[in-house]
Amino acid sequence: MATLEIKDLHVSVVSEDAPKEILKGVDLTIKAGETHAIMGPNGSGKSTLSYAIAGHPKYTITSGTVTLDGEDVLEMSVDERARAGLFLAMQYPVEVPGVSMSNFLRTAATAVRGEAPNLRHWVKEVKGAMADLDIDPAFAERSVNEGFSGGEKKRHEILQLGLLQPKVAILDETDSGLDVDALRVVSEGVNRYKASGEVGVMLITHYTRILKYIQPDFVHVFANGRIVESGGRELADQLESEGYVKYTGKSEAAAIS
Amino acid sequence: MAALSTQPHSHGAVVPVASRAEHFTSYDVDAFEVPGGREEIWRFTPLKRLAGLHSGAAATGSAAVEVNAAAGVTVETVGRDDDRLGKAGVPGDRIAAQAYTSFEQATVVTLPGDAKSEPTTVTVTGAGEGQVAYGHLLVKAAQFAEGTVVVDYRGSGAYAENVEFVVADGAHLQVIAIHDWADDAVHVSQHHVKLGRDASIKHTVVTLGGDAVRITPVVQYAGKGGDADLAGLYFADAGQHQEHRPFIDHSQPNCRSNVVYKGALQGEGAHTVWIGDVLIRAAAEGTETYELNRNLVLTDGARADSVPNLEIETGEIEGAGHASATGRFDDEQLFYLQARGIPEDQARRLVVRGFFQELIAKINVPEVRERLEAAIEAELEAVGA
Ligand SMILES: Nc1ncnc2c1ncn2[C@@H]1O[C@H](COP(=O)(O)OP(=O)(O)O)[C@@H](O)[C@H]1O
Ligand SMILES: [Mg+2]
Repeated sequence: MATLEIKDLHVSVVSEDAPKEILKGVDLTIKAGETHAIMGPNGSGKSTLSYAIAGHPKYTITSGTVTLDGEDVLEMSVDERARAGLFLAMQYPVEVPGVSMSNFLRTAATAVRGEAPNLRHWVKEVKGAMADLDIDPAFAERSVNEGFSGGEKKRHEILQLGLLQPKVAILDETDSGLDVDALRVVSEGVNRYKASGEVGVMLITHYTRILKYIQPDFVHVFANGRIVESGGRELADQLESEGYVKYTGKSEAAAIS
Repeated sequence: MAALSTQPHSHGAVVPVASRAEHFTSYDVDAFEVPGGREEIWRFTPLKRLAGLHSGAAATGSAAVEVNAAAGVTVETVGRDDDRLGKAGVPGDRIAAQAYTSFEQATVVTLPGDAKSEPTTVTVTGAGEGQVAYGHLLVKAAQFAEGTVVVDYRGSGAYAENVEFVVADGAHLQVIAIHDWADDAVHVSQHHVKLGRDASIKHTVVTLGGDAVRITPVVQYAGKGGDADLAGLYFADAGQHQEHRPFIDHSQPNCRSNVVYKGALQGEGAHTVWIGDVLIRAAAEGTETYELNRNLVLTDGARADSVPNLEIETGEIEGAGHASATGRFDDEQLFYLQARGIPEDQARRLVVRGFFQELIAKINVPEVRERLEAAIEAELEAVGA
């Protein structure tokens, strides 16, 4: 039973001048089988939370702990975290010129699974996973994310999620920039992943629309670097009608009208 | 996110001190002053490390030239007086003139006209450590010839030469020059490409070995419709100096050129220099040209100099552009790969291989391509990058 436990997490960003504190004490526990929606206005620190958990070098943990099944995540290198079972679907996936998607996927799967997947099975597995996400097979020979549209990048993040089968997945605004069809396809991908085993999901989003496809067990409102309110599905409905004004003082819609 | 921090140069932003059109050339070494190091064309070059090639060092040995010729390709060893020599261009600096004045024998490789030939390999082995040698190679592609010549440089010593590529009307020549010298080697070479009407060349320079290597490929057009693709791939380790100075001289209408050089550097004192000159003369209407140099600096203590120069003397061109970028390793790419479980050293290798991939993919001689992939791998192993 996987458990990701975040306790009193404070994070600063390393910028040119003085370090700036962005996360101001985040507490959150995600257990296997649970989906936690993190909803918050732009700039509230949602991506910072996801990057800090994944170990991005720009973010410094000033205090607090993150553990996965009791293991200290913050002590691990970025790749160790991934091999331990953490996965971050990025809001802005990175382009890696000259590295083909197929080479990348196979290298990643080999690293995460601890051995090279059997070639014949692997080819079938990737083909099937791409078809499930309506990804043209031609993408396998293209450079990682290079020249992909926003939606294509997000589909490929979910493709990786499905192939790498982490214990806990953090999905950072996977829904943003997707049209209705793509949102449905990508959500189905996430639901297949959830159904495949005892896994935890942190679903970061600005809008409520993805929650129509992916059922959250818990909803947390994120504002100014911390969780300011937690509840169930009804909290999302409240955000849908009232927006974030109550938490930020300025009005920002959580629904697309 | 871009792989490199770019420093784009807008058209004409870098105007050479003296027009490339006035650049002095001569077959005679004595027509050149001994360079002191401050001259525009020498200012990046470590003259002290050139074993006297620039200051009159006499030959003490000769390089061995072996040709593995494809069917139909002829190979001759000729004397200085062969009147086919020296037609593709005139030496443009003192070392090229020294080589032209000093060589005793030249190798002439001729690709048959109106025929397609398999790759031919010319292996040049240096005269040995502490030795100085001069040489001359002429590759002729007859009318409508189509073929590939690989020139493979190995061994030790100091070696200066001129290499001529005479590509007749309608011929298509691919050249791959691989500088895989031993650590002590010093190599200064000028390549002279002469393109006939509707002729094309794909010219690739690979520089891996040697202490100091300076290659100056010059392309001239003898008729309309010429097409030159120049590529370069270099990897400099600690203490190595690698200098590439491509010059495209557009003097004929409706010709095209494209120059892409990419280099990686690692280790204390690794130094690369890229000077990319393109001159579009008044007569060269309808010219289309682009040049690009990218450098990937893998460690501290390495330095890449990159200077694109574009001179345009006519307004009637199809297009002209250039770009140069030198950047550190991209942490975002590394993070992304690592975030998928790929260990750091493997992720670094993927990124560097990816950086060179577009050039490697274009090398259509499988043995050469595999050798380059292995060489890049070995370079990366060497520092445990
Ligand atoms: N790498 C960074 N450098 C400087 N500031 C950053 C960086 N990352 C995030 N920030 C700042 O931290 C705050 C939170 O950003 P972010 O975590 O991206 O929020 P969200 O994902 O909720 O929109 C913003 O004010 C943003 O400008
Ligand atoms: Mg964000």
